[in-house]
Amino acid sequence: METRKKVVEVKDLRINFKTYAGLVQAVRGVNFELYEGETLAIVGESGSGKSVTSNALMKLIPQPPGIYASGEILFDGKDLVKLTEKQMTKIRGNDIAMIFQDPMTSLNPTMKVGRQITEVILQHRSMPKAEAKQKAIQLIDQVGIPFPEKRYNQYPHEFSGGMRQRIVIAIALAADPKLLIADEPTTALDVTIQAQILELMKEIQKTSKTSIIFITHDLGVVANVADRVAVMYAGQIVEYGTVNDIFYNPKHPYTWGLLGSMPDLDNDAEELLHTIPGSPPDLTHPPKGDAFAARNEFAMAIDYEQEPPMFQVSDTHFAKTWLLHPDAPDVAIPEIVAKRIRTFAEKEAQYND
Amino acid sequence: MTKEKILEIKNLKQHFGSPSSPIKAVDGISFDVYKGETLGLVGESGCGKSTTGRSIIRLYDITDGEIIFKGQNVHGKKSKEEVKAFNREMQMIFQDPYASLNPRMTAGEIIAEGFTIHGLYKNKKERQMKIYELLEAVGLNREHANRYAHEFSGGQRQRIGIARALSLDPSFIIADEPISALDVSIQAQVVNLLKQLQKERGLTYLFIAHDLSMVKYISDRIAVMYRGKILEIGRADDIYHHPVHPYTKSLLSAIPLPDPLSEKRRTRIPYEHTEVPDSATYYEVDEEHFVYGTESLVTEWAKARTK
Ligand SMILES: Nc1ncnc2c1ncn2[C@@H]1O[C@H](COP(=O)(O)OP(=O)(O)OP(=O)(O)O)[C@@H](O)[C@H]1O
Ligand SMILES: Nc1ncnc2c1ncn2[C@@H]1O[C@H](COP(=O)(O)OP(=O)(O)OP(=O)(O)O)[C@@H](O)[C@H]1O
Ligand SMILES: [Mg+2]
Ligand SMILES: [Mg+2]
Repeated sequence: METRKKVVEVKDLRINFKTYAGLVQAVRGVNFELYEGETLAIVGESGSGKSVTSNALMKLIPQPPGIYASGEILFDGKDLVKLTEKQMTKIRGNDIAMIFQDPMTSLNPTMKVGRQITEVILQHRSMPKAEAKQKAIQLIDQVGIPFPEKRYNQYPHEFSGGMRQRIVIAIALAADPKLLIADEPTTALDVTIQAQILELMKEIQKTSKTSIIFITHDLGVVANVADRVAVMYAGQIVEYGTVNDIFYNPKHPYTWGLLGSMPDLDNDAEELLHTIPGSPPDLTHPPKGDAFAARNEFAMAIDYEQEPPMFQVSDTHFAKTWLLHPDAPDVAIPEIVAKRIRTFAEKEAQYND
Repeated sequence: MTKEKILEIKNLKQHFGSPSSPIKAVDGISFDVYKGETLGLVGESGCGKSTTGRSIIRLYDITDGEIIFKGQNVHGKKSKEEVKAFNREMQMIFQDPYASLNPRMTAGEIIAEGFTIHGLYKNKKERQMKIYELLEAVGLNREHANRYAHEFSGGQRQRIGIARALSLDPSFIIADEPISALDVSIQAQVVNLLKQLQKERGLTYLFIAHDLSMVKYISDRIAVMYRGKILEIGRADDIYHHPVHPYTKSLLSAIPLPDPLSEKRRTRIPYEHTEVPDSATYYEVDEEHFVYGTESLVTEWAKARTK
């Protein structure tokens, strides 16, 4: 584990936006690292800062209104925050590729899809045009689009929404990047196509040792792809650990809320799903103390006073909640989440028998 | 419990394009929906789920077949009054929360649109209270009534869509991917909300979705659709735990579950489509569990199923 190469290290990243309503503190001190060949999933509800964090890594925050208020983004040891736009253009699409939430933002509507893929391939590696074309057709095929030869010569508007997203994925993979940032890449896709794409990403990761940052709100997908998971809330990472830490030993009440709100296939139809009451705080005026306090049924007096530090649970596992303070009362994990974890453990035991 | 049919679909066909080379979006499907239940409709993108919903609610003139709602032929000749009554009874929540609301109207105006058409809540105060009640029922608050649709997030817009669908107290709701655009925690709120409203108001739902774990959770029965046909229909538990059609099996094998250890072992079952002759029809493999195919194929699939 110690010998693995660190590809990304984000330190105390803070991103603000100047708006008429005031300064929006969209990302408020985010720290994480990513190793070669590893997948980090970022989860959290809408507006928690997932896209801003990943766009910041690509230096795609428009300035103004955006402000890199503090922090470092070390990529291969270089701080991207300090790079000029020209230096950054070289890195984008080569070393770092991104799949955006909305596929149309990354496709050129007036250029045939095939050429958009071969251009990226040729930018990255010199090879005969015909070979690049073959590789592009192969990629179109690999993302599950039938008749790839025919599709190669079509324009984006001739594709359905889901197919466009798959083309975007093909383009990102064509670059063979060191770091792939995927922002909700499969949310709009069918489960079968989604499964196919996740398999493809994992396969490519294995051969190219790509590091992946995968943003999604589908916890099933997280369980499938992630090595490690960062749970974001109100612009901060509130829990951080291996995928097993987060799913089988969650410590933050917000993570409990997320896990409880997703049905599994054994849910009793009579019981209601767990929901997180209230709504996320206004990031122009982040609340004093723990930003989650107002929605946290286990909140204590200190939660309204002082922001909790990251408590260490194990070598790999951290959570930002006062519940982990030695003086905090013992709070049992909600039954619906506990029950699910028990069911999973039983299944696992059965499997191992 | 004796089941009362609220909706009967008989050999429904909805073709688009020229008659010489039609797109057979829906190609001869039959099913019933019982009063007070939720029927989930699942299948890959483009298989005809939305078209089915839109045909049922009269957004299209159907190509062939019959749709009977509360004993009446939906697509039969109707007086203006009958059309109005039908429109109150059956409502739809749309897939795209961005396209389905007029951005230049306030949430309150959107929700109250139907009141004007149907001459309801003419008293201003009463109308206001109804709008507030609906906003609160879907987890928004009163202040939202005066905000414009474009000022809401996707999740909030979808809730406005639900409030609008509920505004005329319908008995049947077609929910076309009502939660796909939402966060998990908000999905749970909306699904709980739909369940709670169903209990309180005795609503019947046709719930269209591609999130299969949510469909399993919300549905009493599930219909699996593929290329314009319903291939398998049955109780939710039977479909999930004892699927018969190879397509259903393939679909289920692709659902990611929030369980990392089992995910690491997941093996997806690819699907190879077998063309069936026109003589294919539905065979009952179990109580309330039907599979589309030829007799010999269905027998063969039923033998191979997971018990
Ligand atoms: N250009 C901008 N100007 C002002 N505020 C912005 C801008 N871009 C993002 N924000 C704000 O930053 C916060 C974080 O947004 P972000 O897009 O990162 O959320 P997210 O976690 O990706 O959510 P989703 O799941 O909906 O994609 C939000 O409150 C958003 O309104
Ligand atoms: N108005 C129309 N004119 C022509 N073709 C149409 C029309 N509406 C739908 N189709 C076609 O009919 C088929 C079924 O479409 P439909 O929208 O019902 O699919 P769906 O199952 O709802 O898919 P999704 O999950 O992507 O929403 C598709 O091939 C679609 O392109
Ligand atoms: Mg986002
Ligand atoms: Mg649809």
